[in-house]
Amino acid sequence: MAAVQGFRKTGVVGLEDLSALGLLPPEWRLRKGPVVVLECPEMIPCNICVPYCPTKAITMERLIDLPKVNWDKCTGCGVCVAVCPGLAAFVVDLSKEDADYVTVPHEFLPAPKVGEEVVLLNKHGERVGKGVVTRVWERNKTYVVTVKTPKGLGMEVRAIWVER
Amino acid sequence: MTFYYEGQPVEAYEGESVAVALYAAGFDSLSWSSSLVRPRGLFCMIGKCSSCFMIVDGVPNTKTCREPVREGMRVERQRGWASPVASESVELSELPEVRIDTDVLIVGGGPAGLSAALTLAEFGLDVVLVDEHFKLGGQLLKQTHKFFGSVDLFGGMRGFQIAEDYVKRISSNPRIKVLLESVAYGAFRGGIVGVASKEAHYFVKPKALLASTGAQERYLDFVNNDLPGVIGAGGAQTVMNEYGVKPGERALVVGSGNVGLIVSYQLLQAGVKVEAVVEVLPEIGGWFVHAAKIRRYGIPILLRHTVKEVSGNGRVEKAVVVEVDEKFNPVPGTEKEFDVDLVLLAVGLEPDTRFAMQCGAVARWSPELGGLVPLRTLDLETSVPNLYIAGDSAGIEEATTAIIEGKIAALSIATKLVESSKASKAREEMDKLIRFLWDVYRASPLLARARKGKESVTVSREEMDKLRVEFPPPISFG
Repeated sequence: MAAVQGFRKTGVVGLEDLSALGLLPPEWRLRKGPVVVLECPEMIPCNICVPYCPTKAITMERLIDLPKVNWDKCTGCGVCVAVCPGLAAFVVDLSKEDADYVTVPHEFLPAPKVGEEVVLLNKHGERVGKGVVTRVWERNKTYVVTVKTPKGLGMEVRAIWVER
Repeated sequence: MTFYYEGQPVEAYEGESVAVALYAAGFDSLSWSSSLVRPRGLFCMIGKCSSCFMIVDGVPNTKTCREPVREGMRVERQRGWASPVASESVELSELPEVRIDTDVLIVGGGPAGLSAALTLAEFGLDVVLVDEHFKLGGQLLKQTHKFFGSVDLFGGMRGFQIAEDYVKRISSNPRIKVLLESVAYGAFRGGIVGVASKEAHYFVKPKALLASTGAQERYLDFVNNDLPGVIGAGGAQTVMNEYGVKPGERALVVGSGNVGLIVSYQLLQAGVKVEAVVEVLPEIGGWFVHAAKIRRYGIPILLRHTVKEVSGNGRVEKAVVVEVDEKFNPVPGTEKEFDVDLVLLAVGLEPDTRFAMQCGAVARWSPELGGLVPLRTLDLETSVPNLYIAGDSAGIEEATTAIIEGKIAALSIATKLVESSKASKAREEMDKLIRFLWDVYRASPLLARARKGKESVTVSREEMDKLRVEFPPPISFG
């Protein structure tokens, strides 16, 4: 039997794992602006991101395949963040000098508001800082929230918590 | 509305079950065990266990999780086996006996039964759909997360939305007769099924039958595992997601399969603090993405841990968790205590095969599928001619495969009951779905275990014919 993959023990997928699976955007693409990070390392029988992607940047041959991203086509629009049933799609923008921007799915009330300061959480649920909400939209009860984070946290922040 | 619990008035909302209304009002114990007189609280909340049996308007053994509240009703706790109903205390009404001849009887209105009913109606067949609950949808009703899949398999929709969509289409379909709060209690010689409902005692004679009867949650052995507050994970989902009642304040979840991971996320959404998820195996049981969803809000998943005991005065107040070694024995000195008022068991499901077994279907034990399940052909017919199975009662899998299996069974039934040109269309569609289910859907390496289970209980038509000679079915339908 194959050894258990690390993320199946921790519930946390590392950048090396994502890179090995082709799910990590390349350096040149990260420098260009917002782009998707699909933290979807297992063969789930699911392809919802494919038909919903407005630029057809995500493809999948069979239902159980891992998604493949065409980094030229992805615009980082965040539609996949809203529709992914696994809440495994995120958009990162590391192209700005003063800050990073991360777009996460959020399914908790109260709904975050633009301009609000929120707690930033990493994949382990650790509080790594505070950020400011810059955009919120909703689709079928999933809020798609973009937060401005301190520079350097773009690949770390994967959730927010509203403290009100 | 108001009803009475041992003489005290309890406020409830219309559409709530008695058990949920009592729980929301703060009553943790619903009955007493027969010999040790220990309090019993909620457990499965779907009519499969006996934790919530109470005396309702003088009638003992009423499943209060399935009993809608009514103005002025009287509810009392019972101790173990109830005494026989005293005829002077209860008004017994004579129910009319009604015979129904139909094409297909479906027992169970969850994802498999719903998809089968619609498919059969589309082929012009008459369907009687029976469910114990006072609403259709089965466990879809409490699934608030978005489902995996493709768009045509309801992917991206939330479970309760899938149920709403089906119920809308079914209730407007004149070919489908729905009997709610009704129990298909047994099959009789001649292929007649008795259905006890509140308005009539039905005798249904179908040409084919689908038993899509679902599953029940497993228990786990530990000290005080019967204390109120130890609830099935699905039972807690019913309380919070179907009825909007917060099940507790601080929870420990036992089991990291998809049910345990998803319920943890939903508890967090309901404002319940989840102290930890414990998993006896050295690996997370469910999909990684479901685990990641709770890890990023700080819920720890403790591998190689199990619950050793819980304690509390009438309700869980504390849980002790312990590490286990390679042989799953507790490691002394590794105990950790959690102050929790909820311990949710998500340690697997067991197929509810009582109906198919009573009909005499030949079964085989499959650990991968959660227990004893009927043998079946690829198109889901059992050794009892024209008795079909689909969904969790055919072996634990998931709602999406239940929807697919329900459709396969319906299409197979259609090939037998409709005229030839439509039958060949049904066969074509069925073959396509069978290939999809086995060659595409179940091809994921992470579904290998369920697939192995399903393979071990699926036989060819020829093997099934031999089984029918060796173990002649006591009854048949059609």
